[in-house]
Amino acid sequence: MSALKNSVQKLFYYPSAVFGLFVVFLLVLLAIYAMLKIPYSEAIRLWRGGEDVWYQNPKFAAPAWINYFSSEKYAESFAVKTDDGSLSSEFTPGAEGTGTLVANHIFDFNYDTYPQDMILYFTSEFAEKQPFVSLEWLTPDGRIVRIANMAISRQFTYRFAQDEKLKARLKTDDIIASLFSDPETGSPIKGQYQLLLTGTTFEPGSLINAEFVFHGQVYGLAGTDHARRDLIVPLLWGAPIALAFGLIASLGSSVLTMIIAAVGTWYSGWVDELIQRITEINLVLPFLSILIMIGTFYSRSLWVILGATIALSIFTGAIKGFRSIFLQVKESMYIEAARAYGASGPRIVFLYLIPRMIPLLIPGLVSSVPAFVFLEASLALLGLGDPVLPTWGKIIQDANSNGALYRGYYYWILEPTVLLMFTGLGFAMLGFALDRIFNPKLRDA
Amino acid sequence: MSVVIQPIPESAVAPKVSARTSTTLRVSRYVVVRLLTLFVTVVIGIYLTIMIANMGGFVDTIMKGEIRDRVTQMIINNPSYQSMEQEVRQKLIQDTIAAEEERRGLNVPIAVRNFRYLSNALTLNLGRAINMTSDSGSKQVSLILLERLPATLLLMGISQLFLFFSSILLALNLSRRYGNFWDKLVVTLSPTSAVPPWFYGIFLILIFAALLKVLPFGGMVDSPPPPTAFEYSMSLLKHLTLPTLSLVLSSFFLSIYNYRTFFLIYSSEDYVDMAKAKGLPMRDVERKYILRPTLPNIITNFALLIITLWTGATITETVFLWPGLGRTLFQAIGLYDIPIIVGSTIIYAYLLAMTVFLLDFIYSLVDPRVKVGS
Repeated sequence: MSALKNSVQKLFYYPSAVFGLFVVFLLVLLAIYAMLKIPYSEAIRLWRGGEDVWYQNPKFAAPAWINYFSSEKYAESFAVKTDDGSLSSEFTPGAEGTGTLVANHIFDFNYDTYPQDMILYFTSEFAEKQPFVSLEWLTPDGRIVRIANMAISRQFTYRFAQDEKLKARLKTDDIIASLFSDPETGSPIKGQYQLLLTGTTFEPGSLINAEFVFHGQVYGLAGTDHARRDLIVPLLWGAPIALAFGLIASLGSSVLTMIIAAVGTWYSGWVDELIQRITEINLVLPFLSILIMIGTFYSRSLWVILGATIALSIFTGAIKGFRSIFLQVKESMYIEAARAYGASGPRIVFLYLIPRMIPLLIPGLVSSVPAFVFLEASLALLGLGDPVLPTWGKIIQDANSNGALYRGYYYWILEPTVLLMFTGLGFAMLGFALDRIFNPKLRDA
Repeated sequence: MSVVIQPIPESAVAPKVSARTSTTLRVSRYVVVRLLTLFVTVVIGIYLTIMIANMGGFVDTIMKGEIRDRVTQMIINNPSYQSMEQEVRQKLIQDTIAAEEERRGLNVPIAVRNFRYLSNALTLNLGRAINMTSDSGSKQVSLILLERLPATLLLMGISQLFLFFSSILLALNLSRRYGNFWDKLVVTLSPTSAVPPWFYGIFLILIFAALLKVLPFGGMVDSPPPPTAFEYSMSLLKHLTLPTLSLVLSSFFLSIYNYRTFFLIYSSEDYVDMAKAKGLPMRDVERKYILRPTLPNIITNFALLIITLWTGATITETVFLWPGLGRTLFQAIGLYDIPIIVGSTIIYAYLLAMTVFLLDFIYSLVDPRVKVGS
């Protein structure tokens, strides 16, 4: 036990180990935060959600913080609605069951780019007579632009950019740009804009609810993808999945490898021979191709792939390394003593041989985590990622198949890759330092 | 240590002939046993691959469904069959489906077919692909694979050979003065090899193709291919740069680090100190006392490297749209093209078995301590 403590203390002599530990610690925190903040079922619902879940977000929006680094300021997204009062509204009943709803939204626009789109979603309640809505747009330089007058059905969506009448009236093809710019110069005007919505209902009990969605060019902490999904969900949830996959795969394969090597060396004879033959056959099998085949033909579930990965990683070169050390350990005095007092085979294997090897197991275990984490990402990149789970690899694949690099959506590919890179480097650095501590032969070298 | 020179006893010289025959016997017995075990290994490995590739028969269901769909569509849409009686046309559809299934061998039970695949594969009779064709239009698996081979050999050859030789040379250099700045740098940077090549590929594409716009995103040559040989090779070189760089980057530092540690362990041997004490020039010490005993390991690495040249880099090739074997294999899996999957696996398995077999003999050639079959 004190040896272990000693080893942990030695770890702090290595700056790379400290960095590695720090990264692993942060990842664990991130994973815990992700699981607490977004429960599993909610994460799946969000990740698999379509337009109905994500309609409030713009497509391909970079994260909002790029405005701090960019001289050109990108419009930020927002959404307000009358239901929760974020879009302020007042309803005044009139004569003969009629009513008037006045809602206005005043917002600052201090950006150099136009938003992607502006949309109004209406829901209304009425028996026979449809409510009527008119929209006005007030610019900072004092102009009032009449947008539209329309009767609305129970579910009604008004898209500013697609209103042909408005296009004709404003004599423009790009309504959004025209609404935000100076008619003389054509450049954007910064300042306070106001959307004024006046609705009239013609029946007692008739209601209008409105939601104003402003699709800017940037969104949130992580931006959005082609399906308007907030990338923060897969970025956060990628952490626990990557950690689980990497740790279970490396723990499973290295522990099983060690047990099998110990059993083989202890019983020797045909058991040992069989294990060596299986290792040779496994060497012939194309690892990645088999995983691709399993992904394509059988199941793309992460857990099936995990099982196959572990199964294929047991009988590898590592088994020979363990075997040669076990052969030495087998001749030690304490094993002979155990044999003399009549310890059974399994007892010697599990209580004498294997505990002796655990210190040697740890560095390899930690060092092999990145390989498995990247394996998941590699399979996802080939389109064989888990169809349900949000992972970092899936983001890279989405980005890659939507041409993120060609079209300049660098944030989309950089966010998951940077996280994966840190994960890989963190574990690798920690593993390297552990290797030097547990294998003193390497330390001076 | 005093060396006592003993006179060679007569008895040690006399049975020279019998020693030679016993060596021949030992080696030939070893060769036979080794070849047999390797062959059985290859057979089992290939059979497992075939079973997985067949998905226990499920791929058949997929292919049968596809044939049924295609044939039915074809016959229904063909105007010359429109006037046929419903029953006659149904009969025609069934017959065409049966003929097509027979052509692909789907009417034979799966177990029998697996063995047929196996025996064909073992005799390197790779057969015809199911869905894929080579660029020249052939369905021969061997032609498809041969067509993609140069692309993979070019990419993997340049990157792996460069990696091999540069890391050995640099490692030798570093082991000579370990602990200096460059040595520490390599040790510090060696964890970067935890990141796979395609990952570096994405970053390199981002920097050199998307931002700087100096190198292409992917592919092998410009489209359309340049007419003259010089322009063609320049275009090839341009396309080759990023994939090669990413393959090299992803294992460069770890490879140097491994060789360096390896050389250091060997250069701390007593006989190396002895050679240095004798005042031998450093060049000789390195060549004869450090490199020589490490030769078996270096040769093993080189042999394994040659095998990786054949397999290609599936994901890196996919990221860079490089028309090599690795990407072909990935495409073949996507198209359920079992002959191609089996074909590339069998060649890999044979190469590996051959290498493993030959290495034993090469060891005994370069290292007099090693005896074949002992």
